[in-house]
Amino acid sequence: MSLESVVVTGIGIVSPLGHSFEQLTLALSAGQSGVKYLPELEKIGGLRSRLAATVEGIDPQQVPRKIRRSMSNMSIYAYLASQQALAMAAYPDAQLASGRTGVVIGSTLGSTESCEKFFADYFKDYSLERMKSGLFFQIMGHSCAANVAQSLGITGRVMAPSAACATGCQAIGYAYEQIAFGRQDAILCGGADEFHPLTTATFDVMNAASTAFNQHPTESPRPFDKDRDGIICGEGSGILLLEKKSLALARGATILAEIIGFATTSDTSSIANPDAGAMLECMRLALQDANLPAEKLDYINAHATGTNQGDAAEAEAIRQLIGDRVPVSSVKGHLGHTMAASGAIETAASIGMMLRGELVATRNLRQVDQNCGGICHLQKNRSEPVRYLLKNNFAMGGINSTIIVRSRTHD
Amino acid sequence: MTEQEVIERIDSSLAEEFELDRADMTPEANIYDDLGLDSLDTVDMVIVLEGAFDFKIREEEAVRNIRTLGDIHRFVLEKVTQNS
Repeated sequence: MSLESVVVTGIGIVSPLGHSFEQLTLALSAGQSGVKYLPELEKIGGLRSRLAATVEGIDPQQVPRKIRRSMSNMSIYAYLASQQALAMAAYPDAQLASGRTGVVIGSTLGSTESCEKFFADYFKDYSLERMKSGLFFQIMGHSCAANVAQSLGITGRVMAPSAACATGCQAIGYAYEQIAFGRQDAILCGGADEFHPLTTATFDVMNAASTAFNQHPTESPRPFDKDRDGIICGEGSGILLLEKKSLALARGATILAEIIGFATTSDTSSIANPDAGAMLECMRLALQDANLPAEKLDYINAHATGTNQGDAAEAEAIRQLIGDRVPVSSVKGHLGHTMAASGAIETAASIGMMLRGELVATRNLRQVDQNCGGICHLQKNRSEPVRYLLKNNFAMGGINSTIIVRSRTHD
Repeated sequence: MTEQEVIERIDSSLAEEFELDRADMTPEANIYDDLGLDSLDTVDMVIVLEGAFDFKIREEEAVRNIRTLGDIHRFVLEKVTQNS
């Protein structure tokens, strides 16, 4: 499917490994880790995982008060990343209010921290008299998307897909489809999330959060590794500016990459446990959408979070798709799991690899688990051209998503 | 509390909430045109003042007629005097 070609012309990043596309790309190439020990997690009863990949060095005051009052941290991250993406693309201001520019940015939830603060006060006397006007705008499901559109004066379509860890990937896919269908000329798309202990707890109660490396933070998560023991939650935002290719070329924009395929499916075998067959089907549908045989792929950026079941199922799905003929890595060993932002941050990271001609190895993958074998794991960075890449993101709730990206110099 | 203490508490509370420059906070300053507040801010202004002075003013008609910082000073001073 592609009626109109869709290209990436801008990328914005707020992440545990830097606050620009360039910083992220360099940090990943250097094998850095954004994971750290959070002493404040010691106070939470029953929480065994004490690690997180948090964003450091963002001063909320850099966002004007009237814009910021309706934002929690996730919207601040999305706003700053959106500004970066527009600046990188040199996107004309006049287009923002044309009705042909849209926003598709999602998060897992509205702000849990804002909810917590409100209810901590509300439960004192069950009074609403102290409820500030900005609260709703921070906890509504489309908080990031609406705040970005409002603050940047974007008047086209605003959507806020919410599918937990697949959110960012779906947002890019839905934006790609809307531009391909001619409904919008350009869309800021991606995901954002902010760290809250409850996010880690969600995985900890299901025995899916990393707990064995509390004293050695940077050694976890360990995608595909035999000693992996779960997710480490992170935060941030990844935003891509997608444009109709013909218009981007006409205005002289620099093309970073092209989105050529997308699929998202529902795996009804379980709301929590992944299924390799469903993952495989999603990848095949995305390749079919791109009209691309799997043999043409040069790289697969895996969802691989470091969980026992998830990594094994994805490895099995990739094995069935292409065996060991395409290099595979996950950047969650560097970044942790940035939740709703992960799909977009990791797609950006993959485009960075494409632009640099350097594939980044999976951090902390020392010994491939036997359940994750039979595919071409990258355990060292490798310099080679990437013309086509496949990006997976899978989520609780049985949500699968895959994007296919083509290099700007594919011909 | 002296009149000056009341005014100081009003100004410091509003300056903190709305990140205002104290130099701009003259009694003549229009809260919309000069201090940049809007309708959402006035909702929060009432909450901030209620918290600072432990009174309830949300339903009072006079609140809706406030235009300047001086109006706020006079309104709050009157309420504080009534309650003392």
